Amino acid sequence: MSKRNFNVVNKPLRKIDAMSLALGKPSYVGDFKPADALIIKMLTSPHAHARITSIDISGAETMPGVHAVLYYGNVPRIAHTTAGQGYPEPSPYDTFMFDSKMRFVGDRVAAVAAETTKIAEAALKAIKVEYEVLQPVLRIQDAMKDGAPVIHDEPEARAVIPVPYEPKKNMAAKVDMEIGDLEKGLAEADETIDFQYYNHYAQHCPIEPHVSMAWVDREDRIIITTSTQVPFHCRRIVAQTLDIPVRQIRVIKPRIGGGFGAKQEIVLEDVVAMMALRTKRPVYWEYTRAEEFISSRTRHPMLMRLRLGAKKDGTITAMGLDCTSNTGWNGSQGLTVVCNSGSKMLPLYRCDNIHFLGMAVYTNLPAGGAYRGYGATQSAFAFESAMDELADKIGMDPLQFRAMNHIKSGDTSPVFRALGEGREGVDQAITSCELARCIKAGAKEIGWKKRKPHTSKKGRYRRGIGMACLMQGSAIPEIDMGAATLKMNEDGSFNLLMGATDLGTGSDTVLAQITAEQLGTTLDKIIVYSSDTDMTPFDVGAYASSTTYLSGQAVQNVALKVSKQILKVGADMLDCKASELKIKDSKVVRKQGDGEVTFSEIALYSMYSANQFQIGDISSKIVHHSPPPFAAHFVEVEVDTYTGHVRVVKYVAAADCGTPIHPRLAEGQVEGAVMNGICYALTEEYLFNDKGRMLNANFGDYKLYTLSDLPEMKTILVPSYEKTGPYGAKSVAEIGINGPLPAIANAIHNACGVRLRTGPFTAEKVWRALQAGGEIPFEEGH
Amino acid sequence: MKTITFTLNGRERSFDIEPDETLIDLLRRSNLTGTKRGCDTGMCGSCAVIMDDRAVNACILFAFQADGRTIETIEGVGDFDSPHPLQTAMADTGAVQCGFCTPGIVMTANALLRQKPDAAEEDFNQHLDGNLCRCTGYVKIKEALLSCSARAADKGDA
Repeated sequence: MSKRNFNVVNKPLRKIDAMSLALGKPSYVGDFKPADALIIKMLTSPHAHARITSIDISGAETMPGVHAVLYYGNVPRIAHTTAGQGYPEPSPYDTFMFDSKMRFVGDRVAAVAAETTKIAEAALKAIKVEYEVLQPVLRIQDAMKDGAPVIHDEPEARAVIPVPYEPKKNMAAKVDMEIGDLEKGLAEADETIDFQYYNHYAQHCPIEPHVSMAWVDREDRIIITTSTQVPFHCRRIVAQTLDIPVRQIRVIKPRIGGGFGAKQEIVLEDVVAMMALRTKRPVYWEYTRAEEFISSRTRHPMLMRLRLGAKKDGTITAMGLDCTSNTGWNGSQGLTVVCNSGSKMLPLYRCDNIHFLGMAVYTNLPAGGAYRGYGATQSAFAFESAMDELADKIGMDPLQFRAMNHIKSGDTSPVFRALGEGREGVDQAITSCELARCIKAGAKEIGWKKRKPHTSKKGRYRRGIGMACLMQGSAIPEIDMGAATLKMNEDGSFNLLMGATDLGTGSDTVLAQITAEQLGTTLDKIIVYSSDTDMTPFDVGAYASSTTYLSGQAVQNVALKVSKQILKVGADMLDCKASELKIKDSKVVRKQGDGEVTFSEIALYSMYSANQFQIGDISSKIVHHSPPPFAAHFVEVEVDTYTGHVRVVKYVAAADCGTPIHPRLAEGQVEGAVMNGICYALTEEYLFNDKGRMLNANFGDYKLYTLSDLPEMKTILVPSYEKTGPYGAKSVAEIGINGPLPAIANAIHNACGVRLRTGPFTAEKVWRALQAGGEIPFEEGH
Repeated sequence: MKTITFTLNGRERSFDIEPDETLIDLLRRSNLTGTKRGCDTGMCGSCAVIMDDRAVNACILFAFQADGRTIETIEGVGDFDSPHPLQTAMADTGAVQCGFCTPGIVMTANALLRQKPDAAEEDFNQHLDGNLCRCTGYVKIKEALLSCSARAADKGDA
């Protein structure tokens, strides 16, 4: 396949659901809440680590208006993972619907379903619980100490794939990989660095918190409508958790009010399903914003040590990355996030001696999960900060240092094979990489040439420029599968039924564009229905930057198959061979001479006239590659040296995502991810007290940027053509969030000589470092 | 239980309410679900509606505070056949990703533009400081809003 002019793809058409959403039409789970739905509320643990010694639910159960109370004593006890991943999951089975052991402040104690929110809340107060309080584990380093309290001491805790798992040591995952010889590489270097970095807690903050509802239909099937990125994994895991067959469950995904990874997790659905079964009434559970912060999922905090070595000429001789993540009270996505910290960063620069050690440890704090960037955000901070530090040491411009070492088209990296997601990876050569052009375009836009060393800067307000290079992946090769069904209607329109899960990214539009392009028709002819386990074929769901690349190939395949059927019917109607025909503008036309039939005529003929059949097909796709998108980010900041306040003046993100199927939506993915990354770098953080209770679980005390905080932002899409992707496309959704933390850290250093290795870069931290002459002692944060 | 009467999207309506019922709960149980609940503490702006002339957060108003007033929700400002220019602009610029914050942003900006049709960038920044969006990074939202100001039309870059 080669580049060509497109009719539908690569065009900034109106997103197919944009107007209905702007009009406020009923779209999301909460908009469909039945008037008679029971409201679910959850009593949660006030202790970070405790055992319930006694619980009395009778006061709640007998309260008028209460229909059911669930707790560990009256539900199945089945170890499972809440991670919405393929089966068997790489995350350990360490979670129960309810348990008598409490593992964080916010853990489930008992759920109530009642006629109203008020009654449900009153019922929670009527539940009497006594706890034996245990010593909590609140730091990564404390979790790893000999004799540390064991968080998962239950006998059922186990890994279901052959990977190291030692819950008695609070170790939820471990991976160790060496290519070449790290020590030899370090010895060969003219200069080396050895620093620690720490990534802090953060939450995805979808503006729609987690929300699910369920009811039991006349055939005793449970119908779950839920805000999920993984409807099929959700169905499978709920079936497992309730010990009922998959066939008894239907999961419907309506529009989602943002996910960013938080909704790649079974957080509410097991309880709503159980409650629906128990009460035989529609039930509804919506997280409060505080619950969203505490009890849903977070970015895995990560403690990292990075050793790099380089020769004076800029050759990188050694890369040693140790990452230990805090996976919190359960091990959801613990192994795969930390694997990605290695696999999505180490191939970026060419080097013969690489060592990677990844671990995930349990603590009594909120659970990590999937979060846009998925481990790469964490390691990009360490790596791209360190690249600047090493460039300084060998006396090279950090841009030149990156430019001479980064991976190029045609290159491969031994890391691709050595490190997969919880297992060995897949060999691949880079078939599209325009990182060099990204660097060039971004540098020009930010004015890299005017960048001066921090030692030359004076005065209260000092400006600095920093950069970072990034890569991600596009789906998980040899694991992820997507499928789509396409059928034709009388007016020449098509129903596109997909498992692919649009969580607000616009994937319904992007996939409809690919379908329309392949069919030779227009976007308005594609009626999209996505993600309903009864109605659409399987798809792993929206994660791992997979939808455009993976599901895009599935829809392209099915459209190709259907267009062959259309040609065949056209041949019948025009009394010629299909090979004499082609599709153009929603018509089948003779390649030579006159004669054409419209799609509508073809559909009518195939349904009602002769040799009737339903024009339509189903197609599945797995991918054998995971072509990385690449990006170069540049930022200019201004540091107020009196207060330490950092202001982002301008942010430039140049991204190579292959062919942007929808350029505006692709830009929107970059801009949204970058803005999220900027807030993460500067303001977002979890504050805990010494008992593990989060102190700032609200938007007043956990600062997200608003319109007024928006700096000048420039997105540059640098097109490449990824030959394995649909119409040359790769992914774009995650990569953008990985840049701001290191780019801003580097810009702060360039402004005022302060080097911060723990985020967020608050005024207090910058000020303290300024007072201390540039650095503050490293410590593990939260 | 108390009965209140107010003008809702141009029609006088009466409702029986609980004394502590919030305006967002009243609207949503009355099938006006375009008003979204994002935080329930007045900090995200997803539930913004226009009360008399001002954008307010429906989650931190009691329903009784609407008594005798005029309330306008997203359902009142446009429909498929006659969308509000802000709705068209949001849809066309790519400012609608997940769309959950969109009604609140449209209502807040709408209130501003009624007071100040030629609102400048600074005006939008100030008035929309209570509206959170996690998807877009605000770049396309800003473009959409500015295109609806009379100022943009004057400059010919609407």
